[in-house]
Amino acid sequence: MIRLLGFCVVLTLAFASAGQDTRAPANRVSAANGATVFMRVGCPACHGTVGHGGAGPKLAPNTLPLAAFTTWVRNGTPGWSYGNGMPAFPPASLSDAELADVRAYLAGLPTPRPADEIPLLRP
Amino acid sequence: MDEPDKPAVDRRSFLAGAATGAAALLAAQASVAPAQEAPAKTTAPPRPASDFMVDIFKSLDMEYMFSMCASSFMGIHESILNYAEDKNPQSITCTHEEISVAMANGYAKIEGKPVLVCAHATVGAQHAAMALYDAWADRVPIYLLLGNTNDAADRQGEVFWLHSAQDPAALIRDFTKWDDNPASLTHFAESAVRAYKIAMTPPYGPVAVVVDEKLQLESAPPSARIPKLSVPTPPAGDSGAVAEAAKLLVAAENPVIVTTRAARTPAGLALMVELAEALQAGVIDQRRRLNFPTRHRLSGGNVAEADVVLALEAGDLSGVARTVRQRNAKLINLTAGHLFQRSNYQDFQRYTEADLSIAADAEATLPALIEEIRRQTTAARQEFFRQRGERVAAANAQAFERARAEAANGWDASPVSTARLSMELWAQLKNEDWSYVTGWVNWPMRLWDFTKHYQYIGRAGAEGVGYHAPASVGAALANKKHGRISVAIQPDGDLMVAPGALWTAARYQVPLLMVMQNNRAYHQEVMWFQRAALMRNRSLERTEAGFGLGNPNIDFAKLAQSMGVASSGPITDPKELAAAIKRGIGVVKGGEPYLIDVVTQAR
Repeated sequence: MIRLLGFCVVLTLAFASAGQDTRAPANRVSAANGATVFMRVGCPACHGTVGHGGAGPKLAPNTLPLAAFTTWVRNGTPGWSYGNGMPAFPPASLSDAELADVRAYLAGLPTPRPADEIPLLRP
Repeated sequence: MDEPDKPAVDRRSFLAGAATGAAALLAAQASVAPAQEAPAKTTAPPRPASDFMVDIFKSLDMEYMFSMCASSFMGIHESILNYAEDKNPQSITCTHEEISVAMANGYAKIEGKPVLVCAHATVGAQHAAMALYDAWADRVPIYLLLGNTNDAADRQGEVFWLHSAQDPAALIRDFTKWDDNPASLTHFAESAVRAYKIAMTPPYGPVAVVVDEKLQLESAPPSARIPKLSVPTPPAGDSGAVAEAAKLLVAAENPVIVTTRAARTPAGLALMVELAEALQAGVIDQRRRLNFPTRHRLSGGNVAEADVVLALEAGDLSGVARTVRQRNAKLINLTAGHLFQRSNYQDFQRYTEADLSIAADAEATLPALIEEIRRQTTAARQEFFRQRGERVAAANAQAFERARAEAANGWDASPVSTARLSMELWAQLKNEDWSYVTGWVNWPMRLWDFTKHYQYIGRAGAEGVGYHAPASVGAALANKKHGRISVAIQPDGDLMVAPGALWTAARYQVPLLMVMQNNRAYHQEVMWFQRAALMRNRSLERTEAGFGLGNPNIDFAKLAQSMGVASSGPITDPKELAAAIKRGIGVVKGGEPYLIDVVTQAR
C-alpha cells in the first residue's frame, strides 16, 4: 500500500457532490484517498492494483473522463446480471466524491512503458 | 489405437520359472536329506492371486500405482513391492486419494494412457471423488481399483465394517464410465481388462473395479489367464455426414472452427493444423488441450462473423450456438459426447441446437473430413480461401500486438503482474523442451509459442479446487523420462487443498518448477461476493474476512522446504524473478522439484 501511495498525486478540481465523503475538505479531489478507496472496495480484484487490468479491463492510462467514469461505475456493464461483467456500484458503496478520488488516483498513475521498450515483450 | 506392449512378465514363463525354482530348491534340500526318505513332491508353491492381478496390470502397461496405502488392497500392494520388485507398476505414495487421482489425471494427459490408482472403497473413494469428477468432465482415462471386504464373515472387527460397502462404486457411478465388483479371480481378470478397454475408448473416462480384500490373498488357480486386450478403434463419422459437413464448409464465406478437446493425441494437433490450412479458416481453441498452435497464423476467429461454425469436441457451446442462431448461420457439432452421457451431474452443458450433429470422435474423423474438403475444393475456391486466410492472419497479428501492449500495463507493479510473471518464465523456457502442465493465468496462451501437444494439457475439467498441484506433479512425472522441463503456475488456494503433493514430488524426484500465483485470496469468489453485496446495496468491507488467505500470510517457500522441496520467495519485487527462475530451472534440470513463491496481482 505504501508503494501504491507513492504513485499518488493530489489533484484539486471543482467538484460538487452531496455523496458520503470520506475526505476533508469536501471540495478537493484526493488521489491518495482514491487509492485507499480503490483498494477498500476491491477494484484490484478485477482491474489490478494500478488499474492495469486483469479479469476486467484496464482503467489506466487514458482513464475515462469523470462523467463517463461515474456513469460506468454506477450502471456497470450494460445488461449486467449476476455473474457477468462489471457490477453496478451504488452510492452507498462508493460515494460520488470517493468515485472522483478513485478516478483521480487512476488518472495520476504513471504511463506504462510501451511494449517495445520492454525486452521481454519484444517479439 | 495401438495395443499396449505385451506384458513384461509372461504368465506361462513365470509359472515355468517358478516351478523350476521350486524344483531346484527341493533338489538342494534333498541333497542333505537322509537317503532312505522318499523324494519330495515337486509341485509349485501356491501362487498368490494378487501376483496374478499384478501381471494383469503389467499386461496393461501400467507404469505406476498411485495410492495412499490402505489395508483393503494390501495383497496387491505387497505383490507390487515384492513380486514385481516395485517396477511396472512402481508404487508411488500419495498423501490423499484426491492427490492420487489428480496425479493420474495429469499423467494421463501427458502420456495418453492411465496409471493404476488404488484406494479404500469407502473412505478412499470419498476422498478421491472430486478429482474423479474433474477427470470425468475432462474426458481423462483414470483406472481406479477400490479395495473392499465384500463378505461380512471376513470383516475382522469395527474398522473392517466401517471400511466396507455393499456397492462401493455407487458413490462415484455418476461420473465414471463403468464399474464392476468381480466375484472371482477369473471375473476380476476379465473386468480388469474390460475396464481398461472402456476407459481408453473415446470418449475417454474414469473406470472403477472393486477388488475384494480376501480374493487378493487367495491362491491363483493354474487355469488363471489374462484375457487379450484389444482397444477398439475410435468411432469415425459417417461418410455421408462427413461429406455434408465438407460441403457446408467449402461453400462457406467465413467458416470458423471451435474446439475444446479435438486433439486427443499429438496426431490430433497435426490434423487440426491440416484442417485449418485446407480451409484457411480460423480456429478458436477453448483450450482444455492444446488443439492448435497458439502462434499459428490461423489461430483465432470470430463466431460473430461466421456463416458456418464447425464445433469439434466442444464443451460449452451455449454462447456459440446463440450467436449462430441470431445470425442464421449453420452449426456442425461433431463430438463423441453424443455417444455417452450420464444424467445426474450437469457437465454436458446446455442443449446445443445444431444443423448437423455427428456422433463420432473428432480426431478419428478429421482425416476423412480433410480429404473430403480437399476433394470438393476447386482452384477458384482455393484462391478465395487464400484471401480469407490472409484476413485471419492479419487479425491474429493484431491480437498478438494487443496482448503485448496489455502485458506492458502494470509491468513494474508490486504485487507482481501475472503478465510479468508469465513473460519472465517464457524468457527462460523458450529455448528448452518445456511443458506448461497447469496454470490459471491466460498470458502464456496469448504470448508463448505453444506448438507441441504436451506443452499444454488444460486445467481441472470440472473446475474443482485442488487439481492443479497434484495434476502438475503427475504430469511432471510423466514428462520426466522425456527430459522435459515441467512448469506450473500454481494458485495459492489450490495448493492449500492438497499440499502433500509437494512431498510426493520430493520423495520421487519429480522435476517440476512450481511458480506460485499467490494472490492471497480466493479471488474468483471475491468477485462473486462483490456482485452479491452490490446487488443488495450492502458493504464490501468484509471481503478479506470471508475470502482472504492473508493474516497470516502463507509462506509457501517454507511449506515446500518442510516437505523436501527447495524453494525461493516470497517474491514481491518483479526484478527478483529472473534470478529465482534461473535457480529453479537449474534444480529442475538436476531432476528435482523447485517452488518459487511469487506474490501476484489478483488475476
